[in-house]
Amino acid sequence: MTDVTLAELCIYAASEAFRGNGEIVATGVGPVPRLGAGLAKLTHTPELMMTDGECYLVEQPVPLGPRNYDDRKKAGYLPFSRFFDSAVWTGRRHAMVTPTQIDRFGQINLSQLGGTHKQPKTQMLGVRGFPGNTIYHPNSFFFPSHTTRVFVEGEVDMVSGVGYNPAKRIAGGNYSGVALKKIITNLCVMDFGGTDNAVRVVSLHPGVTFQDVQAATGFPLEKGDLVETPLPDADALAIIAQLDPHNIRASVIKDNPPAQRVS
Amino acid sequence: MLDKRMTAADIVAQLSDGMTIGVGGWGPRRKPMALVREILRSNLKDLTIVAYGGADVGMLCAAGKVKKVVFAFVSLDAIPLEPWFRKAREAGQLEVLEVDEGMFQWGLKAAAFGLPFLPTRVGLGTDLAALGGLKTVTSPYADGETLIAMPALKLDAALIHVNRSDWRGNVQVFGPDVYYDEWFAKAAAKTYVSCEELVDRMEDHFPDDAQFNLFERCFVTGVVELSGGAHPSSMPPHYGWDMKAFKAYADAAKDPGDWSAVADRFVGASEADYLNSIGGKEAVAALPLPIF
Repeated sequence: MTDVTLAELCIYAASEAFRGNGEIVATGVGPVPRLGAGLAKLTHTPELMMTDGECYLVEQPVPLGPRNYDDRKKAGYLPFSRFFDSAVWTGRRHAMVTPTQIDRFGQINLSQLGGTHKQPKTQMLGVRGFPGNTIYHPNSFFFPSHTTRVFVEGEVDMVSGVGYNPAKRIAGGNYSGVALKKIITNLCVMDFGGTDNAVRVVSLHPGVTFQDVQAATGFPLEKGDLVETPLPDADALAIIAQLDPHNIRASVIKDNPPAQRVS
Repeated sequence: MLDKRMTAADIVAQLSDGMTIGVGGWGPRRKPMALVREILRSNLKDLTIVAYGGADVGMLCAAGKVKKVVFAFVSLDAIPLEPWFRKAREAGQLEVLEVDEGMFQWGLKAAAFGLPFLPTRVGLGTDLAALGGLKTVTSPYADGETLIAMPALKLDAALIHVNRSDWRGNVQVFGPDVYYDEWFAKAAAKTYVSCEELVDRMEDHFPDDAQFNLFERCFVTGVVELSGGAHPSSMPPHYGWDMKAFKAYADAAKDPGDWSAVADRFVGASEADYLNSIGGKEAVAALPLPIF
């Protein structure tokens, strides 16, 4: 298994985040989350629902990259025009996304960096659907580059998604739908299972130490069991290859390193 | 008047400085770009633009037409950050109301139904309420829940590009996803529709497609045939987006970075000139549909 890449290990870890989620829409934004959701559906959690990335529900996850327009096999329909009523605002979804920043409360940002809201130093996408996603349904995150620029000290520059920060919660609001699940990075897998939902390292990728992870994180981390993140087996690797025939996964993590870190 | 045919110039002449204008479509998809280009050829200014934004927002901002943008994102998909919108934001030249995608359509629905607001949980626990001056309401029932009051996004005008229409404004809207065009139409005092194909009487031509009448003709003030009118955005099933054109547009934001120097390339002196410059309607029709 020496030729398993770190991206493939992350895809396998991403698929675990969707295990046993039931009949909900699994949305993976970006190659690793999307392949993770597809792998979950084709292995341990076939009841997952997912789209072709446009608007049709498919029972066969569509491969990444160039293909024929009608290669998708349409089984159902979930256009943006009814996404909120059907999936988001009913809580029937688990999304895995890559924000620009995340803080110790699980608050995320993809709107702007630095400056003011009137004049940001760097304008990014905007909050997109993050405020609604985070208050209504489970969310996980994938970061291909675990650094203190992403895992910031203090709070994110613009809170675009709800976290576990009591100071941000307007009294009387219903936050029962807030469910931050897993954080998968190029170094480790974390969850929000620490004290008062603090971020906790639950598994380290082969060759990575807790100190490595802490040094790349702008806030103190708690320790879970700290097992080694499992490698995908041959069956999983075959499914990943089939879902990513153009090897787009090789471009996700810098230099496409092997799963086993060389020290 | 039942005959709602107008020219693009007639439509823009109905708009005025300071208006709040909703633009249908989503990012680089189904955008009424020919009508946007017509605004860019006009002297209109100080507009408030309400959009799931793409190059419509970017171009109008670059050209200095915009006072305020109401948005959840502005993006060209494969080019995630809309470069001209970004420049305008980073120059501090815009007022903004930033909302979540779901709140956005909720605000259009509030406007459509003539309500001052609609309640939602969305936005709680984020910076949106404080930055946007959004107020909360308390449920009068036993739960007593505190909710954000998403204000109605009332539009003076909406611009929408559809697949077909007749001269009375009976539209037919195809494509895998029609986004929130229906709600832009209903949130607006006046909705102007450009179409790929204008037919005489819909019932004589395409009666079997009547279920694609996304919004009824009472919501349509004016109609103009502008085939290829969504270019460079996509208009399924007719054509896909023109990523090469978007890339040239994005590159121009860096070099020369001055809209007045490049506006002629991306707007043209007339729509006919613009279409000629990109190889004509045939070139637009040949653009493959995007794969996600």
